[in-house]
Amino acid sequence: MAELSVDLVSRDRKVWSGTATQVSAPSADGQIGILANHTPLLAVLRPGAIKVETASGPALEAQVTGGFVSVDNNLVTLVVDEISLV
Amino acid sequence: MAGGSQRVFKARIKSTQSLKKMFRAQELIAASRIGKARAKTAAAAPYAQAITRAVSAVATHTDIDHPLTREVDGGKRAAVLVISSDRGMAGSYPASIVREAERLAQQLVAEGKEVLLYVAGRRAIAYYTFRGREVASSWVYGSERPTAEIAEEIGEALLEKFLAPEDEGGVSELHVVSTQFVNMVTQRPHVVRMLPLEVVEGVVEADEHEALPLYDFEPSPEDVLDALLPRYVQLRIYAALLDAAASELAARQRAMHTATDNAEDLIRTYTRLANQARQADITQEISEIVSGADALAGS
Repeated sequence: MAELSVDLVSRDRKVWSGTATQVSAPSADGQIGILANHTPLLAVLRPGAIKVETASGPALEAQVTGGFVSVDNNLVTLVVDEISLV
Repeated sequence: MAGGSQRVFKARIKSTQSLKKMFRAQELIAASRIGKARAKTAAAAPYAQAITRAVSAVATHTDIDHPLTREVDGGKRAAVLVISSDRGMAGSYPASIVREAERLAQQLVAEGKEVLLYVAGRRAIAYYTFRGREVASSWVYGSERPTAEIAEEIGEALLEKFLAPEDEGGVSELHVVSTQFVNMVTQRPHVVRMLPLEVVEGVVEADEHEALPLYDFEPSPEDVLDALLPRYVQLRIYAALLDAAASELAARQRAMHTATDNAEDLIRTYTRLANQARQADITQEISEIVSGADALAGS
């Protein structure tokens, strides 16, 4: 199965980067789940929890205050204002 | 007396030596902080890249206009953000940024616009308050290590002003005067017009034959732009602050290096003068003794 390549960046640093099978983020209309081969997307994030099911190792969970997520060609970029890892 | 001048020179040498130590310390501090400032710029790069890519994706895939990109003809007011340093001891750095800002302000006034000054950094604030010039808003933020929070604060204040209607004191354009870090020896003051935005960087020109992927915008393209563009502006301001910090430190390092060299020159000159004075004293003493002895022998 194809994998997502995920970049999680905040204003002043790159928080995490790697491959994942699933990403879940709080978009404006509700929690969205992103799997491989998702259609290109640009969504605004509400404050809430993001979860990255990494390809290897434990899932990454974090609280964010806002930002946006872009998906293009299995490349997921999560851009967040402020983030605290859980 | 001659002995007096020797003492004066010694005192001068001593004070110059302690000044030299301070200059040297400042130079080393600046040098070590440049690395940190540049690392911060590098750390902010992924965010900058992500935002720029997203903005250009929206620009490529949709065709909507937004208040932040709309050109206003015949605007009466312009905001100028001047990014300067908190401290001097950086050679011509604070002066040249203010000079550039003045030049821009004059140009805007000549175009018939009222200029609102937004000033960051204690040196520029001092310049304007000393001259009794009105400053719309100012920030003292620790110019050597700017944070993303202060960039957000500045960005919010300016965006609010830009989005306000003209008759309520809104501005129709925003210029930023800051210093560009070219390399360790060259830092150039420069002016960018930040608002209205021109999104040109990295817009991917779609190939004619290649079908564009259909982008989903959530909740809507307008809302996505509403969220993206202010962040883009804040990002540009943050980048300008970081660049200015690196420039300030590089300018300070160079200025302090020159000052150290000058102090060394002074010490050398004073040492020679002190030696001369000492030699003169000795010569005089000897000639006094000899003439005294001659006088005694003659009598």
